[in-house]
Amino acid sequence: MWWRSASFILDHRLQEDPPNDIASSSKEPDTLSKLSPPQTHSSFMAAADPFNPIPNPKISAYYQTRAAHTAVVTSDWLAQAQAAVGHHPDDSPAPQTQLLASPSASGKSFCVINEFNNWRKQPDLAEAVAAIRALAAVIRASEATTMMELEIELKKASDSLKSWDTTSISLTAGCDLFMRYVTRTSALEYEDFNSARSRLIERAEKFGEISCKARRIIAMLSQDFIFDGCTILVHGFSRVVLEVLKTAAQNKKLFRVFCTEGRPDRTGLRFSNELAKLDVPVKLLIDSAVAYTMDEVDMVFVGADGVVESGGIINMMGTYQIALVAHSMNKPVYVAAESYKFARLYPLDQKDMAPALRPIDFGVPIPSKVEVERSARDYTPPQYLTLLFTDLGVLTPSVVSDELIQLYL
Amino acid sequence: MQNDLPANSKPLKERTSKAERRALQEAQRAAKAAAKAEGSKLPATTSGAVASANVKPTKATKPSSQKNDSATVASSEKKGGDRPPEKDRKKDAPHPRMQYDDKSRVEKAKRRAVVKQTEARNRVELFRHLPQYEHGTQLPDLESKFFQLDPVHPVVYKVGLQYISGDISGGNARCIAMLQAFQEAIKDYSTPDEKTLTRDLTAKINSYVSFLNECRPLSISMGNAIRFLKNRIAKLPLTLSESEAKAFLQSDIEQFISEKIILADKVIVKHAVTKIRDGDVLLTHGSSSAVEMILLHAHELGKQFRVVIVDSRPKLEGQLLLRRLVGKGLSCTYANINAVSYIMHEVTRVFLGASSVLSNGTVYSRVGTACVAMVAHEFRVPVLVCCEAYKFHERVQLDSICSNELGDPDAISKVPGREDINYLDGCTNSENLQLLNLIYDATPSDYVSMIVTDYGMVPPTSVPVIVREYCRDQVWI
Repeated sequence: MWWRSASFILDHRLQEDPPNDIASSSKEPDTLSKLSPPQTHSSFMAAADPFNPIPNPKISAYYQTRAAHTAVVTSDWLAQAQAAVGHHPDDSPAPQTQLLASPSASGKSFCVINEFNNWRKQPDLAEAVAAIRALAAVIRASEATTMMELEIELKKASDSLKSWDTTSISLTAGCDLFMRYVTRTSALEYEDFNSARSRLIERAEKFGEISCKARRIIAMLSQDFIFDGCTILVHGFSRVVLEVLKTAAQNKKLFRVFCTEGRPDRTGLRFSNELAKLDVPVKLLIDSAVAYTMDEVDMVFVGADGVVESGGIINMMGTYQIALVAHSMNKPVYVAAESYKFARLYPLDQKDMAPALRPIDFGVPIPSKVEVERSARDYTPPQYLTLLFTDLGVLTPSVVSDELIQLYL
Repeated sequence: MQNDLPANSKPLKERTSKAERRALQEAQRAAKAAAKAEGSKLPATTSGAVASANVKPTKATKPSSQKNDSATVASSEKKGGDRPPEKDRKKDAPHPRMQYDDKSRVEKAKRRAVVKQTEARNRVELFRHLPQYEHGTQLPDLESKFFQLDPVHPVVYKVGLQYISGDISGGNARCIAMLQAFQEAIKDYSTPDEKTLTRDLTAKINSYVSFLNECRPLSISMGNAIRFLKNRIAKLPLTLSESEAKAFLQSDIEQFISEKIILADKVIVKHAVTKIRDGDVLLTHGSSSAVEMILLHAHELGKQFRVVIVDSRPKLEGQLLLRRLVGKGLSCTYANINAVSYIMHEVTRVFLGASSVLSNGTVYSRVGTACVAMVAHEFRVPVLVCCEAYKFHERVQLDSICSNELGDPDAISKVPGREDINYLDGCTNSENLQLLNLIYDATPSDYVSMIVTDYGMVPPTSVPVIVREYCRDQVWI
């Protein structure tokens, strides 16, 4: 799937004619400057970091970022962030994270996780892309002189990234994807080290573009499925789904959207705000009103945190029950997800994943004897999904595994 | 054979050249003549002949009573000269398996056979196309013939006997035994004068394979292994000397065994163990070597789980597995397949072995597997099928009827060690009693949650992808 993406094909063409190759290597410093993380951000982070790396190891960092980017900031969330800052002074990451210091003579230490966190701050940047950019930064900082050395260094960096937040599927998928590119691309074999290295950096740079492009492609693909007068049920805040609906609104389609509230981080509120700005008629539902409104709904649109090998998706808590209700009422469930979210995971049931926990505010104090289910996501099996809109095209769930086999085996 | 004809004449219509038109005319004339000769009872054949000339590809198999008539039609078409050469026809469709209800072919095969099998008398109507023999009669006969059998290498002979007696059973064990026997045979092989190694050795292997097939029908995995070996022989570089070629082939076989079977099992174990959690109750059916390795490895890792072994008559293979697992200190429950719906509600995972996995995701396995998988599906328990990728096959099968193996019918009518259960004594030979002892069944892919193979954990829908990507020219790479 990597090699079917637009930028890979471009890349491939570049290789085929040598003069371009030289041009690309001359472009290198330019790419580097573009790639380095925004300085303002990092300095800002050093001053007062509201989301410290792993404020509480039990709480999923991935979902915290998501909440910070997409949710209405609630009082409990602020309190949690404050507490986190209080507990951890900013530049000491959690003890289990491996500092990846490059063995540079200048003594400048470089940490892939800090780098990743810098990139992650940008609300428009997907997690996988941030991971890949962080890995590209590793290549830049690396003083390796052979491909093998670089590969080992990258492997270490990606492992530490992955272990830093095991709950984020797209982080893992992004790291795997990039490693795959480094270890597998035969194009790199015959080149000298420096041009191979610059190609890798260039590649990582392009990945950010793919991420935005992928959303555009998905939005275009899904237009055929949105017809005038339809009612769409949306769950959670997905940038891809927002793009889809935005495009539909721009194309003067007449449709109406039902947004679930998306407890506990209320992502639905934010989503309905965005839609209201586009003048799309939108109605907010509480999460438990899904079955009640389902007979008015024509289709369900959800995003995905990760698409797994069975063709099912892992997404925000509540997706599974919506898919179940939709399935029993014969409504199509469409998933919009970029192909870099495809992960080599195969959960058999809900408990078959590493738990991703998040804080939940009930508004009233909960007695300590009462247990709270704090998982942030659930797994929707493929038989309840109708189609997946990806930048590779509109796929049935069973094709996901085919793509993954072709990529990883 | 018959259905080839319409298929071949299909392109005729598009561009009818002069010769082809003449062929068509001639065919029609021949058909008319045949109809005249045979008198009034033949409207069906005439229409059949015309149909085949008129490009109608839908004509399926004909009942054998019309064989003679269709033969005349076929020969008349041959005169027309538009039949493609033999080679092309072979490529169109895979060679059909021997249908044992086709009497003339069975007679022909019998004349060639080394093992004299006595056919069982009362065969079940739906399963007449499968070979079924009286069990227990061949062994002494074969033993007495040991010194007369020239073409079969003693090691292959030994393996064949072990197949008949049931000493070697289980897909992997049978396949490894066969390959090792071939290895020995290749070691002792020397090319006769005026023959080439590639051709003569292939012929030799073919004769061994047909011998083994007579002892017990080959499994799909063995078919794949044989195909691999033949392909290797065919692709031997001509420059190699005989001893080099033999060493080459032996190491190839060795590599196949270690990579495709032994290492594959290790990888499967590694993958499957990740799906076992503390507190799980795992159910398995029969005795699968891969599942056994998984259970033992998970136990070695210190996972706390319980095993339910579901077993079925007449083989009761589960008891062997049970014995080995209990010996290693696993906590086990043993139940018969009748109790599966009762025991299923406490089970959290079902691990099953497979004889083969077909392109549409159908799992072809020991009889009873489908039943267990269906009950598990009904109880929403995930079903994991553990199968090495060399057992995958591109064929598609929808039921367990068209390809299966029939076991000894006596095994189900008698209960060994129970003299008091003798209700069927004396009536097993009666005309209106037909005993059916199926060996395999087909589990539809809907009931399978995951297939664990050496290429990772894949959904059953991805089997054709693996076959396509890794099984080029039907040889696993």
